[in-house]
Amino acid sequence: MSAVEARSLTLRRGGRMLVDSVTCACGAGRLTAIVGPNGAGKSTLLKLLAGELPPSSGEVLLHGRPLAAFPLWALAALRAVMPQSTSLAFPFTVSEVVGFGVDGIGRGLSRRDRARLVTHALEQADVAQLAGRPFQTLSGGEQQRVQFARVLAQLAAGRTIEERQILLLDEPIASLDLKHQLTVLERARQLAGEGLAVIAILHDLQFAASFADEVLVMNAGRLVAAGHPLQVLTSHLIHDVFRVRLASAALPAAPWVAAR
Amino acid sequence: MASLSVALDRSPLRMPSRTLLVIAILAVATGLVSLLALGFGAMVVPPGRVAALLVDAVMTGVDPMSTDALVILQIRLPRLLLGLLVGAALAVSGAIMQGLFRNPLADPGLVGVSSGAALAAAVTIVLGDTLLAPVFGKLPFAVLPVGAFGGGLVTTLALYLIATREGRTSIATMLLAGIALGALTGAFMGFLSFASDDRQLRDLTFWSLGSLGGATWTKVQAVAPLVLPVLLATPFLARGLNALTLGEAEAFHLGVPVQRVKAAAILLVAVAVGASVAAAGVIGFVGIVVPHVLRMAVGANHRLLLPASALLGAALLVAADIVARTVVAPAELPIGTLTAAIGAPFFLWLLLSRHRSAPA
Repeated sequence: MSAVEARSLTLRRGGRMLVDSVTCACGAGRLTAIVGPNGAGKSTLLKLLAGELPPSSGEVLLHGRPLAAFPLWALAALRAVMPQSTSLAFPFTVSEVVGFGVDGIGRGLSRRDRARLVTHALEQADVAQLAGRPFQTLSGGEQQRVQFARVLAQLAAGRTIEERQILLLDEPIASLDLKHQLTVLERARQLAGEGLAVIAILHDLQFAASFADEVLVMNAGRLVAAGHPLQVLTSHLIHDVFRVRLASAALPAAPWVAAR
Repeated sequence: MASLSVALDRSPLRMPSRTLLVIAILAVATGLVSLLALGFGAMVVPPGRVAALLVDAVMTGVDPMSTDALVILQIRLPRLLLGLLVGAALAVSGAIMQGLFRNPLADPGLVGVSSGAALAAAVTIVLGDTLLAPVFGKLPFAVLPVGAFGGGLVTTLALYLIATREGRTSIATMLLAGIALGALTGAFMGFLSFASDDRQLRDLTFWSLGSLGGATWTKVQAVAPLVLPVLLATPFLARGLNALTLGEAEAFHLGVPVQRVKAAAILLVAVAVGASVAAAGVIGFVGIVVPHVLRMAVGANHRLLLPASALLGAALLVAADIVARTVVAPAELPIGTLTAAIGAPFFLWLLLSRHRSAPA
């Protein structure tokens, strides 16, 4: 039984098929990357998996149970979602924003435990030094790292209730510098190693190939390929889906590793 | 602003003690302003005598017959209590609306909610006078807040439906919709004042300018049971409004029942605004100035912002009322003109500073 399973998942909007009968399964302990050109339906698929949008037809199962059957709080303990970007209307500080992650599902924890989870999450996302800054004054990349810290805090708080967790990341490294792209992807990899089902939308195919256990390739709302990255991301498919030609015979691994 | 945020430690562990400190400071300030309001006026009563009179009235329960006792217990005390209730209601509903619309420029007075409530109250009077009074006799005052609540609810809902698309509120659309709703209610008010006699006209002016002048124990008794529950309910809204700051989808991911929080916010705003408009007319800008000043001083967390807004709003309105009833004594300034005279330039400054920091 997979942690996240989509069955003929379809979303129609104004006669257009944004997601067209997608059936897939993402396992616990694995990092699944969703790749595809702009407008392929990646973000919409993630929103359907998160329960944020109701599908026109088909269904999402989490650990074999229909997503719609989960109460809100149970869903929040089970899965965390990192959005592409977030604007904040009011001058909350970074540690307050990360604190939102433990505010609801962490209610059973002591104040000291919640503060510890927040501090830990700030360190994990390398934003501890920004803790007292107003979120609105940060750069786009820094804001994205703070959102990552918030999601990590939510997972840590949720783990006290639900152990088989799910993490959904929508372009988590889109506005990050190289070092922090590696930080976030390595942390995601590590969470998968701890048994979480991690699903991430990625644009960088090399990163997808180096970090993911499995890739789902979307094009025009459909799932066109799924499987091990190096078997799926062939020069043929890359040409068909992304309309670019691979300069070498096979997809090279990402040439970067984090400096220790 | 920067020095203040350094002085007040915002680490999560220190939150409770800091919250208590801010609340305590504001509560003391509100208490002092209240004492001033009771002692100050055409007849000045020293604070010691004020305290003695209050203790007497509570302990014996009989109205002492001296003049100063009469002034304080029958005129200034109900006016003070009404001022506290209305000020707290306006500031809290401003803070809630801003959280709901994810927009620091939302204010019940500015976007037509108060004038919607005032129109409904006026219609209630006219309809009551002509249709219901012959059957039921003179309408009790308590009917007015209910009518005003209906008007506030309809305008808040209309505003929300017009200005919000897929969970995002457009600032421009909200302000423009507020202008349109304000103009619409203004047209109806104009029609009512055209059709009304001298006495009704005075009442209508009272509603459009705002005043605590008509304060009586009856009004306090009608307003308190509406405003106090709203104030007591706000702490339960704090987490939802905090999470909504991130966006509706993000709040949903965090386990917040978004639709329920939004419905509760709209309902609480309509009750608080309806009650305060029925009792004191349209008093603008309290709802925008108070939460904004507090966000600069103590941060945006609604857990602290909502109760702090209630206290500062109460203190501020009572202070403004002291000015309103003494500066041109024995006549009185309508307090709504006073808050607008201070609040409107503040609002312009707010717009300009937003313009500088974020061109969008």
